[in-house]
Amino acid sequence: MPISDFANPSKFLTLVSRVLPWLAVAAVIAFAIGLTQAMQAPDDYQQGATVKIMYLHVPSAWLSMGIWAVMSIAALGTLVWRHPLADVAGKAAAPIGAAFTLICLITGSLWGRPMWGTYWVWDARLTSVFVLFLMYLGVIALYWTAEEPSRAARLAAILTLVGAINLPVVKFSVDWWNTLHQPASVIRMGAPTIDPSLLKPLLMMAVAYFLLFAALHLAAMRNEILRRRVRTLRLMQANEAAS
Amino acid sequence: MVHTGGAMRRRMDHMRGWRAQLMRLTSDNLACRRGGRMVFTGVSFAVAAGEALLVTGRNGAGKSTLLRLLAGLLPVAAGRVGWDGGAPDQSVGEQAHYVGHLDALKPGLSVRDNLAFWTAWNGAQAEGIDAALAALALDGLADLPAAYLSAGQRRRLALARLVAVHRPIWLLDEPTAALDVTAQAALAQLMRDHLAGGGLIIAATHGPIGIDGARELRIGATIGAAA
Amino acid sequence: MSALAALYWRDLRLAVRAGGGAAIAALFFLIVVALVPFAVGPDLALLSRIGPAILWLGALLASLLTLDRLIAVDAEDGSLDLLMMTPMPLEAALAAKALAHWTSTCLPLVILSPVLALLLNVEFSAMPAIALTLAAGTPALTFIGLIGAALSVALRRGGVLLAVLVLPFTIPVLIFGVAAANAVIVGPAPFGPPFTILCALSLASAVIAPVAAAAAIRHGLE
Repeated sequence: MPISDFANPSKFLTLVSRVLPWLAVAAVIAFAIGLTQAMQAPDDYQQGATVKIMYLHVPSAWLSMGIWAVMSIAALGTLVWRHPLADVAGKAAAPIGAAFTLICLITGSLWGRPMWGTYWVWDARLTSVFVLFLMYLGVIALYWTAEEPSRAARLAAILTLVGAINLPVVKFSVDWWNTLHQPASVIRMGAPTIDPSLLKPLLMMAVAYFLLFAALHLAAMRNEILRRRVRTLRLMQANEAAS
Repeated sequence: MVHTGGAMRRRMDHMRGWRAQLMRLTSDNLACRRGGRMVFTGVSFAVAAGEALLVTGRNGAGKSTLLRLLAGLLPVAAGRVGWDGGAPDQSVGEQAHYVGHLDALKPGLSVRDNLAFWTAWNGAQAEGIDAALAALALDGLADLPAAYLSAGQRRRLALARLVAVHRPIWLLDEPTAALDVTAQAALAQLMRDHLAGGGLIIAATHGPIGIDGARELRIGATIGAAA
Repeated sequence: MSALAALYWRDLRLAVRAGGGAAIAALFFLIVVALVPFAVGPDLALLSRIGPAILWLGALLASLLTLDRLIAVDAEDGSLDLLMMTPMPLEAALAAKALAHWTSTCLPLVILSPVLALLLNVEFSAMPAIALTLAAGTPALTFIGLIGAALSVALRRGGVLLAVLVLPFTIPVLIFGVAAANAVIVGPAPFGPPFTILCALSLASAVIAPVAAAAAIRHGLE
């Protein structure tokens, strides 16, 4: 079993050990600034202080879709270029993406309680994110099911790409379904016409979320590489014992 | 019992028309990895038209794996498979018959329908079906559902594909398994005819299968030497 | 007979035989639809309003039920190996198998749907429209399921995993299928747009799914 397969990941590991502490510190600082700004931002004249949930909700919604895009690029890397780091990147991103999607759903539901008087409405955006969450869980289930990491990576890559094709269709169909069933009386969350005093903290929070994702992703990739090395060593051990 | 009628001869004439003398299957330092483990490495051989190669080795040495790899059903980890002659635009697997441990039979279809499907799938003429069934002494069972067949009869039906559809390379995994003496003799005759017609045979086997002058390729020796 | 036609007819014959999935899927469809009145009560007004939704859900679940075995049987008896050892692209073979599955499993559901719509108190005039939406939309379900069937074969796990992987992808089909059927019964939206989109979903999945499914099987080779 050639350890040399992981020659490239070895360089990556040294890079991670150098970059990761800085990323983590940057994420903490960005969160500190972003949350402070969010606290100081004016309340909405309609929604009151509950509008502050937006600063947690909207960046997680962006990331929930952004991470699928990251996974799709990793999937192309796995299937087309067969890059050894690509399948590690895809596998490491899936649970993080599911976590951010769940944060988006939970904050959205908490925000919805004072707005709509109920924790869940089948709002078009929330519903799309919910379907996205189910798709993340499908990819994770696929990784769980396959014993052999490289095959699991290739199959998950196919599912990820099919999902990437399907996501715009889901978005379109859910929007269409929503307008059919609920005329536009619903308050739209994270509306694009947003006051600059609210936008600045929101962008800062988005930067913080992104840094957090980058740090978590690199750490998860490092763990996955180490996990595979342990697996390889065990296989070698079994082979030696067998011969 | 062995049918060597007109259909069979037509097959062989067709085969000679394929520049049979030029056909050559080679393997150069072939390696296969499964589940992160190397099954075998450094397997090299050359088989020319009219030659048979018997792949031997202990259990788990990778005999079946080698045949599946040649058939294109497993990815090659290292080395290469070379194929000269035959149809240039087709892979080895597309010009080979593979008879593995599984018989690829549908119990719900009759014996004839099972063979007829594979004949149609491979684009061969349906006229060869009855001759193929006769060659493996299955002509009396043609209308019986395959579910009623014994293990040996199922095996013979799987082998009937070799006769019904003409392909120059035969990849046979333990072809004599479950066959009685008569059926083994019939199979040996089919293999000799195939070789005489300019075909190639690579068979994984534990014992002799009735071909004179077949060369032997022993794999798994490197792992054995390490023990 | 061409190779693909031979594969189509073989799969069709196997599916309609005793022990094949077609009759069981139809029976399952019947039972699922019959269960709903027990769950929501025999309120005919309510049943006629949610009738198309029930029929669509039943068809979705019934077509999934047999998809699990669509490629798995061929993988288990060695047929898949031989199907791959020809110049015929695997994509075409899988498309032929999916079409055979649709003919044996979904077409009977389409034909059964007016009878079941009767049980659900759906208006007579709407029955052909419901059957038409099922006919136009179920190919998408079969082809999306084909991807799941290929993945579960490559993973050597079937059953529930297939449902988990496939069901989220069927949401658009469900939305437009039910919307088109409802358009005929309650309105106010017109029938045309959702029905056209439904056809588009079927066509697009017929193109994408065999490619993805064949890729899954090739990458699952081991």
